[in-house]
Amino acid sequence: MGIAERLIEDVGLRRGVSKLTPEKIEKIVSAVITGETGARLKAYAETCMRCGLCAEACHFALSHPDDPSFTPAGKVHQTMGVLLRTGGKVDPEFIYGMAQLAYTECNLCRRCVHFCPIGVDTAYIISTVRRICHKLGVTPQYIQDTAHSHSATSNQMWVKDDEWTDSLMWQEDEAREEFPGLRIPLDKEGADIYYSVIAPEPKFRTQLIYQAAAILHAAGADWTMPSEPGWDNSDMCMFTGDFEMMGRLKRRHFESAQKLKVKRIVMGECGHAFRSVYDVGNRWLGWRWHPVPVIHAVEFYWELIQEGRIKLAKKFPGPVTIQDPCNIVRGRGLQDKLREVTRFLVEGDIIEMRPNKQHNFCCAAGGGVINCGPPFKNQRVAGNEIKAQQLAATAEKGVKTVITPCHNCHGGLHDIIHHHKLGMELKFLSDIIYECMEKPEA
Amino acid sequence: MNAAYEFVTGPLAWAAWGIFLLGSAWRLYSMYQLAKKKDASSMAFMDWGFSLRSIVNWLIPFNALGWRKNPAMTVATFVFHICLILTPIFLVGHVMLWDQFFGISYATLPDNVADIMTLVVIGACLYFAGRRIMQPEVRYITTGQDWLALTIVLAPFLTGFLAYHQALNYDLMIILHVVAGEIMLAAIPFTRLSHMVFAAFTRAYMGSEFGGVRHAQDW
Repeated sequence: MGIAERLIEDVGLRRGVSKLTPEKIEKIVSAVITGETGARLKAYAETCMRCGLCAEACHFALSHPDDPSFTPAGKVHQTMGVLLRTGGKVDPEFIYGMAQLAYTECNLCRRCVHFCPIGVDTAYIISTVRRICHKLGVTPQYIQDTAHSHSATSNQMWVKDDEWTDSLMWQEDEAREEFPGLRIPLDKEGADIYYSVIAPEPKFRTQLIYQAAAILHAAGADWTMPSEPGWDNSDMCMFTGDFEMMGRLKRRHFESAQKLKVKRIVMGECGHAFRSVYDVGNRWLGWRWHPVPVIHAVEFYWELIQEGRIKLAKKFPGPVTIQDPCNIVRGRGLQDKLREVTRFLVEGDIIEMRPNKQHNFCCAAGGGVINCGPPFKNQRVAGNEIKAQQLAATAEKGVKTVITPCHNCHGGLHDIIHHHKLGMELKFLSDIIYECMEKPEA
Repeated sequence: MNAAYEFVTGPLAWAAWGIFLLGSAWRLYSMYQLAKKKDASSMAFMDWGFSLRSIVNWLIPFNALGWRKNPAMTVATFVFHICLILTPIFLVGHVMLWDQFFGISYATLPDNVADIMTLVVIGACLYFAGRRIMQPEVRYITTGQDWLALTIVLAPFLTGFLAYHQALNYDLMIILHVVAGEIMLAAIPFTRLSHMVFAAFTRAYMGSEFGGVRHAQDW
């Protein structure tokens, strides 16, 4: 049992490994471990009592009940455990498996935190393994492509500068048929809100920008979007282990907001981007907190509802269930606000998946796993049988809609629902708000 | 035998306690220095309130999700640690030694209670060993270090039990018992048993992150 028995061919991993020598591996492993880690990794490695309690935590482990190599401690055992034991004296083929495991079989979702009495942070350990893989040049092709895009364009999807503003003006133009007074204000200095999105929105989910503009317009918000790079809040470099690029991206994002002297950044319904801006990137840059306040869409919608700034013409027909995205629930505690917003929008029951809220199961797409692309898709879907069971249980109770305020969760759940023919549809909160809100000008 | 007994309860005991106390202090100090130097972006978020919140919530049996999902292990872990710590501290025979050497005396456990608590520790050790052999997810991650830690902890309780009941050769057994206890003390800073020294801090850090940054529970 173990990663060596389930290797999947990937061009990026294969090419990276082909350039490795044992000397290079040893040098880089030791450079990262002595140079970039400290007491945290040392304490985790030493005090993990190998009790196996975390086996119950992980969706990959629960979906492969007969294979202990999928448990959190089992994954660390096969990767960082070996590096620490051997001092990095491993062969290139080992690095292939280590990279595949770290990039595609752990979503860094931190559910195992709720299972470890000692408080070992498996996500941190696996992130450090990825950091080593990145420095070795062994990364899956698809996610590395998005990291390259980040370096070249400051956005994840190779969106060119003129395409970005074109997309915004196109959406503005379309929306003005429905809301004649609507604008997508570009580069408005001193605005209350700097609205930022992930690059897949202009690339292929452009209606989300339309919907956000409609909601902000109807709420009477003073908002803006930047015309220049920095607009993309996403961050695949955080997940490949390219922390230098992660730092550049976050600096550019924050500086773009600072340049416009906005009061705060409101982020769209994305989980990983929130993790990057709220929790990880700022620290890499040495900011304890954020130079510009940061708020996720779920909390922003909650505020608008509290202030009575979203008025509904109708309610969305339930029952619905809710997918709790790790990065805003375990990462920001938004589970209750998410339910309050949902209750405001939906007529009928919220049928909860169990477990839920901060004990939710991950979608198996986050943490950069879905971004590793088609070669790993089947393994990813098979690795979340447990989520399929959760969804099926709510479907049996009549749920047709899964409220899913995160792009990665959307991708992951879409594949699971399709594979298991569950016949459920996924909705962002903004889909529902847009569909149900009063549109007086229309 | 007498000379050997004198030696293990004299110089060897001083050595064991010295290694345990100084070793633990040194490990804590050097780990703290390392953390200050290399983990500043984690240290910055340490918070007393959230640390204690996390520690307290994990000290309540069946409170954390991990405990609830593993009831047998929860019971074993809690009774094991309670008996492991209390029995040697409050055993009549040990308190008598404190009295004899330093004139310190305090409350003791009745012998039959201590006997049962010793059996609980031995039983829990056998349970942990059983898990390491029988449960695939535990077997998969078990290393020599884990067996070593388990053996080091089992030995003083097993030998103590045999000595108390005068099974086998008492004189030999009591010396083995003292040595086993001293090995355990001295091993604490340098084996997996160091979680005795570090676990409060790893727990506190996780509590601080989840409380102060992520606004979520970590149990």
